[in-house]
This record gives sequence, structure tokens and C-alpha cells, in this order.
Amino acid sequence: MYAQLVDTGTSKLRSLADMSPEERAFQQRIDADVKVEAKDWMPDAYRRTLVRQIQQHAHSEIVGMLPEGNWITRAPTLKRKAILMAKVQDEGGHGLYLYAAAETLGVSRDQLIDDLHAGRVKYSSIFNYPTLTWADVGAIGWLVDGAAIMNQIPLCRCSYGPYARAMVRICKEESFHQRQGYDIMLALCNGTTEQKALAQDALNRWWWPSLMMFGPPDADSVHSAQSAQWKIKLLSNDELRQRFVDQTVPQADHLGITMPDADLKWDAERGHYDFGAIDWSEFQNVLKGNGPCNRERLAARVKAWDDGAWVREAAVAHAAKRAKDRGDRHVH
Amino acid sequence: MSTEWPLWEVFIRSQHGLAHKHVGSLHASDAEMAVKNARDVYTRRSEGVSIWVARSSDITASSPGDREALFEPANTKVYRHPTFYPMPDGVKHL
Repeated sequence: MYAQLVDTGTSKLRSLADMSPEERAFQQRIDADVKVEAKDWMPDAYRRTLVRQIQQHAHSEIVGMLPEGNWITRAPTLKRKAILMAKVQDEGGHGLYLYAAAETLGVSRDQLIDDLHAGRVKYSSIFNYPTLTWADVGAIGWLVDGAAIMNQIPLCRCSYGPYARAMVRICKEESFHQRQGYDIMLALCNGTTEQKALAQDALNRWWWPSLMMFGPPDADSVHSAQSAQWKIKLLSNDELRQRFVDQTVPQADHLGITMPDADLKWDAERGHYDFGAIDWSEFQNVLKGNGPCNRERLAARVKAWDDGAWVREAAVAHAAKRAKDRGDRHVH
Repeated sequence: MSTEWPLWEVFIRSQHGLAHKHVGSLHASDAEMAVKNARDVYTRRSEGVSIWVARSSDITASSPGDREALFEPANTKVYRHPTFYPMPDGVKHL
């Protein structure tokens, strides 16, 4: 998802009997749905995993501003421009909520940013694809934000309090994002033949990467099992992916465009859509840094950070001077 | 030179006359910037009519280890709740 392939540092799932007394008490509280809060004792691996997961999620929100930001100056109307600006600003806000949640675990904001810039921590593979036309902005809202909601709603119930609370806030804002995307797709599909072709082309390019957002099949992944035990992952990748397909196909039908998947068909017996094989080599390749926009995205983030350094320093110097002036006045 | 801005806790009062409520935290170089950032980060959809910010380092919190000592005594004092007192049938407005 926004956090894909999170390493939990564990090689084997342990039962309550194999845990230390502290760990057992911790796991029992999680089993009883008691939230873990920042100052509570927690296993180091839980803390480290959460830092990785939350920061991947935060970085995804921030890097995710880039593909859509690309279209702010070229939005087709003033209304669409205002909406897109609000949406991109929300993504920035979501990144901030999540960075703050990660910081409650004892990492600094600068460390988190440095992890991203040094390539030690990833962001979602989806943001390494380009936004070639205006229809891509619609497809992102509809598909990418739609997939994000699928994953984030269960996370509102995750075991770590600050993360769960950030997710509640994010989910409230996310459905605007998905609807504005679908609204763009609707306008294009009700427009000229050329406009409808743009919508179909965007769906063709974003469909498979959207399905990859949920991450590889996790039936045999020990990390997923550990994250499930800790309740920081509540549904499996495949379960979420299937729900997303089931929800999205009828929406495409309504638009009158089709998924680029010859194997897609309703399975009445299962009560779900069957869909074709996902090309996981593409996913792995994008994660390795070889997607169409990996280098461009990271370079843009690093440049923004470096170019802003003087502002951050000046603000600190200004605050220090103001504090000193106030101190001087108090003395007199 | 480290220029990481200090962390601030943000409290918002909604329109409905409730107390300020903790909504999250953010970084800012000083209190004035913290209020401005809080407006942008936490009130984009009219969530509030008043903002408080306090430096996180100025907040003293109870420790999770003290949970029992602080909060368990209240558990045995059920007589503090109105439901403790059985009321005879037919007695009204109590």
C-alpha cells in the first residue's frame, strides 16, 4: 500500500508462551484491543517496524504531491485548479500528521527526511509513474486515492494510538479526493470522443500500478503475519486488492471505459471479480528505483529541502533574536 | 548547524462551545508560526474557532507506570455515580 513491504525484523512468529513477560503483557493488551500509546513500553521491533511503516506512509503523501502538483498550473478551469490545489495541500497535511505520529516513537523529523533523501526508506511505488495528461489527475484521485482509502480505513483501528488517530483524520479528508477524481473522469467520459479516449488511456496506464499498490501476495510473508499479530496491518494485501477490484469495476462500467485486463470477469460462485496476473517484476523494478520517475521524484524532494535550508535557518535565528529581545526587556 | 524547529502541541476549540481539544503536533520556529501552521494543518475544513499551541517540551505528562496508583482508586468508588443508588418504582424526577 502506501507502506509496501515493511520489514518487521522478525523471522518467525512467536506464541505468547515464547515471549518475555513484558512482551506477553504487551501482546495481551493488543489482543484485548487496548491502544498502545507513545510512552508505553513496547518491543523494539514493534517500535522500529512502526517507524518504518508510518514514515513510508508519510513520505508517500509528500512525494504524492509531485505528480498532481504537475497539473496545477494547467488545470482546465479555475474551479478545477482551486480543487486540485486544495487536494494537493491536503496531501501535504496528511504527510505532516503522519510524520508527527512517527516522531512520537522517538525519531526526529530531520532523521525521517534524511532517510527518504538517502534512499533508506521508500515511498509507494505508485508515485513513480508520470502524469502525462489531465485525465491522469482524475485517474489518480479515483484509483490511487480509492486504493489508499481501502487500506487506511482498517488502519484507523490499528494498535498504535497516534497512528490510528492520524488515520481517522486522513480518512475523513480522503473521500473528497476520490470523488474529485471520479468527477474529472465523469466529465471526460461525458465529453468529446477525444476526451473519453484520454480517460481510457489514463485508466490503461494506472490500473495495474494501482493494483500493485497493495503489495505482493502476502500469504507466505512472515512480516505480514507479524504485523497482523501486532495489529498494525489488519487485512491482507490480497483481501484489500480483491475488495478494491470489486468496488472499482462497476464504477468503470458507469463511466463506459474498461479495465486493461482480458481476464477480468465476474465470478458468480465466488461473488467476486476474477482478474488477470499482475506483473510483479514491474513492481520489483520500480521499488529498486527503476520506475519511469524514481530519480526525478527524489531529486525534486531533495532540491526542495536544500533550497529551503536558508528559510529554516533564518526562522530559527529570528526566533532566537526575538526571544533575546524579550529577555532584555524583562531585565530592564 | 541543526535547524530543526521545536515541536508544538496543538489544541483546537470547535464551534460548539466545547473545550480546546488536542488534535496533534507540528514544528514551528516560534509560537506565532505555530499558530499559523496549526491553522493550515488542522483547520482546513472549519474544524475550529480558536487555537492554542504549547511547546511539547513544556508539557508534563503522567507516566504509564503510575496508571494504577493514579486511576485505580476511582474504580472502587462506585457510589460516585448516580446509578449506584436504586430508586423505588414510581419515584420521579430523580
